[in-house]
Amino acid sequence: MVDITDKQTEAADESEMDALERRQIPRWAVTVFSVVCLLLLWEIFGHNINPVFGSYPSAIAVAFWELLRSGQLGSALFESLQPFFVGYGLAILAGIPIGLIIGRFRTAEAAFGIYITAGYAMPLVALVPLLILWLGLGFKVKVAVVFLMSLFPICINTWLGVVAVPKTLVEVGKSFVAPDHVILRRIILPATLPYIMAGVRLAVGRAVVAMVIAEFFTTISGLGAVIINSANNFDTATMFVPIIILMVMAIGLNWLIGFVERTVAPWQAEIAGRDRE
Amino acid sequence: MGEVSFVDVSKRFTLRVDGELHHVQALDRVSFSVRDGEIVALIGPSGCGKTTALRVAMGLDPANAGRVTVDGREVHGCGHDRGMVFQHAELLPWLSAQQNVMFGLEMKGMRGIELRATAQKYLELVGLADSKNRRPHQLSGGMKQRVGIARALAIDPKVLLMDEPFGALDAQTRESLQAELLEIHARTKKTILFVTHDLDEAVLIADRIVVMDRGRVHEIVDVPLTRPRADLSIVRGLPEFADIRYKIWRMLHDAPGVH
Repeated sequence: MVDITDKQTEAADESEMDALERRQIPRWAVTVFSVVCLLLLWEIFGHNINPVFGSYPSAIAVAFWELLRSGQLGSALFESLQPFFVGYGLAILAGIPIGLIIGRFRTAEAAFGIYITAGYAMPLVALVPLLILWLGLGFKVKVAVVFLMSLFPICINTWLGVVAVPKTLVEVGKSFVAPDHVILRRIILPATLPYIMAGVRLAVGRAVVAMVIAEFFTTISGLGAVIINSANNFDTATMFVPIIILMVMAIGLNWLIGFVERTVAPWQAEIAGRDRE
Repeated sequence: MGEVSFVDVSKRFTLRVDGELHHVQALDRVSFSVRDGEIVALIGPSGCGKTTALRVAMGLDPANAGRVTVDGREVHGCGHDRGMVFQHAELLPWLSAQQNVMFGLEMKGMRGIELRATAQKYLELVGLADSKNRRPHQLSGGMKQRVGIARALAIDPKVLLMDEPFGALDAQTRESLQAELLEIHARTKKTILFVTHDLDEAVLIADRIVVMDRGRVHEIVDVPLTRPRADLSIVRGLPEFADIRYKIWRMLHDAPGVH
């Protein structure tokens, strides 16, 4: 008798759990729903606007298809991505060590911290003419623009991350007589990883903007050229194609960085409890 | 061997509170010594300097005057002759229990098979061989502190320094770890200097208790309980336990620094 009641309660519990799970809408579905709604609204209201002043998804899709078929989009994308990835990659390679050193050593912070803080706010567009004088109009100057735009958020985040490392963890290293470079590599660096990854994420957006700026103000090329040329022809729908591609690319890169973060620093998501969502 | 001596150790801190500089005499000519294989507890009201004394002995904070020696050699910075157990274990969160124990050993220069085997041995000593692959957040508070103890013991220091090692644990876990510490001590015969604010703990574990007050050694009391103290529940019931506990309780209560 007792057994039966127990089983009944269990069954009731289970169906309640099922109901709860059924009520929970998966997060990707929420995202898809949000995007579909936005596109629908844009489509409906976009039709009423003069095609010079605005566009709408179906027109942009047609423009996308034509750019893709002519091969123009593929080559422009390829042209843009090279300085983007070289500049962004160099910014990661340089920004993390610089941030670590400035955060770790008071003297380095006093000597170089101000340049990093100032550099973050540097009006880079204004400096592009100067960069052109130094590096010419080609690949190098584009790499430099992307590098300079994405370096500082990575640097600053790494720096702040190091400063936030609990003192006691460093003391653990010290009490086992770890030399400074070992403390930096084996304690400070892993403890700072979440901050570094946040900086790397923030830098994606700035690197994308930098890439387009570089293509506007140096040799007009790549996706930037597609934007400028179609804008000059009042072909607004075509102009939106590279803009949307760049935004989608930024989303993809962000997702990729999140994946890398969970792979190299799985403890972080576990501690925060994010792995269970 | 593992003899620790504090000789006239003084330590002053300067704090800035609301723009005003305050000088705090954390240690004022502190002298006492710990004999080889002995367990000594530092006890006193908060702010009495007991943790500072331990940090100076570890070499994490330098003394302004006086010296600490380990087997006659003066302490300058940290060294492998002292192993530190931190208040909240302070394990590296990205390393497994075993890797945390290995970290200290690697800093001592140990590599390869010996490294793994030694870490394994000390995890077994604290009863955590089965959980060696867990990361700190997958361990309970008591298990974390066990790893902390294993990490400090593994480098085979002459002296084990412990900063309120069980202070953050619940009562039951604390009791089992106290018993375990005594068992480890019986096996390894390590010299142990530990800081606690728990009078019972000091009396249960220590051979001698250094009562501190406002940066000074107020009194040094011998604990007349014999070893081994295998069953702490029996020790707690002994009249000697109650006597010595009451004696030190009075001392702490009458100390002028206690409000």
